[in-house]
Amino acid sequence: MNFRIFIPRDAGAIAVGADDVTLALTQAAASRGVAVDFVRTGSRGLYWLEPMVEVATPRGRVAFGPMTPADAASVLDAMVTDGPHPLRLGIAAEIPWLRRQTRVTFARCGVVDPRSIDDFRARQGYKGLERALTLTSDEILADVTASGLRGRGGAGFPTGIKWKTVAQTAADRKYIVCNADEGDSGTFADRMIMEGDPFVVIEGMTIAGITVGATRGYIYIRSEYPHAVIAMNAAIQAAKRAGYLGERIGGSAHHFDLEVRVGAGAYVCGEETALLESLEGRRGIVRAKPPLPAHKGLFGRPTVINNVLSFAAIPFILAGGAKAYAGYGSDRSRGTMPIQLAGNVRHGGLFEAPFGITLGELVDDIGGGTLSGRPVRAVQVGGPLGAYFPRALFDTPFDYEAFAARDGLIGHGGIVVFDDSVDMSKQARFAMEFCAVESCGKCTPCRIGSTRGVETLDRIRAGDRVAENIGVVEDLCNTMKFGSLCALGGFTPYPVMSALKHFREDFGPAPTRLEAAE
Amino acid sequence: MTAVYEPWNAARAAEIIAENTPLEGATLVILHALQEAFGYVPEPAIPMIASALNLSRAEVHGVFTFYHDFRKEPAGRHVLKLCRAEACQAAGGDALAARAEARLGISIGTTTPDGLTTLEPIYCLGLCATAPSAMLDGRLVGRLDEARIDALLAEAQR
Repeated sequence: MNFRIFIPRDAGAIAVGADDVTLALTQAAASRGVAVDFVRTGSRGLYWLEPMVEVATPRGRVAFGPMTPADAASVLDAMVTDGPHPLRLGIAAEIPWLRRQTRVTFARCGVVDPRSIDDFRARQGYKGLERALTLTSDEILADVTASGLRGRGGAGFPTGIKWKTVAQTAADRKYIVCNADEGDSGTFADRMIMEGDPFVVIEGMTIAGITVGATRGYIYIRSEYPHAVIAMNAAIQAAKRAGYLGERIGGSAHHFDLEVRVGAGAYVCGEETALLESLEGRRGIVRAKPPLPAHKGLFGRPTVINNVLSFAAIPFILAGGAKAYAGYGSDRSRGTMPIQLAGNVRHGGLFEAPFGITLGELVDDIGGGTLSGRPVRAVQVGGPLGAYFPRALFDTPFDYEAFAARDGLIGHGGIVVFDDSVDMSKQARFAMEFCAVESCGKCTPCRIGSTRGVETLDRIRAGDRVAENIGVVEDLCNTMKFGSLCALGGFTPYPVMSALKHFREDFGPAPTRLEAAE
Repeated sequence: MTAVYEPWNAARAAEIIAENTPLEGATLVILHALQEAFGYVPEPAIPMIASALNLSRAEVHGVFTFYHDFRKEPAGRHVLKLCRAEACQAAGGDALAARAEARLGISIGTTTPDGLTTLEPIYCLGLCATAPSAMLDGRLVGRLDEARIDALLAEAQR
């Protein structure tokens, strides 16, 4: 009997040598005359253990990691003899970091072969669509609404209401658009699910299509994610061959077709109206709202535009899980959130948990503190537009409202950890600089405010009239927050103001900063 | 692996444009396809796209210049993209970027005078749990440290 060995084809695993490890294991197996079938999966999201390799055993899949090509021969021997090895991690599914999670959206990621629709179907895949095909549009909407699902891209708008608006808007054509322009630093959940379980995204979009009466969908993936583009395209082809996309999907009267479109390196295209402009072949310039995309979206037609994770949550909900999904979470944040631990963190990766877990538990307990071993000084939650939180706010529960109440946001669920070597005025300057570079230029507060922000922060850092210039920064932030057309200019004040509020000692000439640190 | 590009050829460009013209909102798709073929989007292609899509030359030029990805001239033989975003900053990316600039004697966003290496910033490769990260000619590398960046730089100067 052949050994079955599972190695991620996830970009994060490949970046730390998964392909080299595969090659080394192939050679080791050949030289030993051991017959091996390799399955390239997604990642389970325990990135400090990547490349993490698993072998099928009667008791379950036994994991080894982090592997290097030099370990291949000895690990293969340990697999064959079921013997001990320094890199042996035990049964993969029983690793405590995984067991502590509530994997709903990511249940299959890292487990299945992302190229195999049969593997997907063997593990509850397409159960949601199959049930949805027996329901009316109103019944599906009732399930989505009952689940309490809110947009996972960051805005947190109730998905059921968005879909209902599109369903009720009459038009000759409607569209489903998946926002896979995951540009926030510290986030990679969209990338992981597209690479590790692409069919769940397709299934979620297809359910959206039959619900609102749309026959065409686009997945807009950023160009920085070439592996995700390949994975989604392969899955779309497989779904077409199996009759799950195209004419008469799943033998029903519904038609639905999907196409991947690739971005071109513009952060602002993650904003939904800029994304629609880009899909239409134009500059990624933000549109004024109203009209909402639900009324006039892509090519002026009613459009459901949701984040990857929102669509990926749908199949579980439609497979009879609406109540169970709503059963997770806290207050108005229902369900689970795939949280991403990143930056200077010991145990970085994907941790899916019900809303309500505290920031401190995530950073200290699950993340294990910093990789550098120095104290955690700040964490940025929610990407480049998210606030920097000090340790004093680590009791904040991870949910939409709790973060908003403390002048922060959860965004797309990324947490970037910084140790005590961080210079917070530099981070504030970077936030303004990033906004200046990525601004679409349509509204003045964002376009001009960010550039003035960089200049003023430079003066503060040089010690030039510090108190006065901090006043200027605060004033600029106020204008940007309330005067910008979209979240890029509107939310850039979050990292800047939070850095000023919680780390004021870093704002001033360098000597002051040194004194303050002593 | 270094990408091999075709020399500019108007007939070939016309073919690429024609292939993609029927698509909804084809401009970005065409620009990507041209850059994939030629390594950049040569100036004469802009009016060709405009005419095929019934747009003004200014509109296509506007799209072309809006997006960071599109090049108006060929890149160096190797393209090394260093992630400059927050997660990589937190993991020591700034020092590695400075090291790359010093080693190559150029600043980020430029190409070495010998045309061998283009050094570019990138804002997030989604490898934030194995930061700092980089991409050399399309190949991803995570957990960068001084030794790894030096190895990448050596490769990028060949």
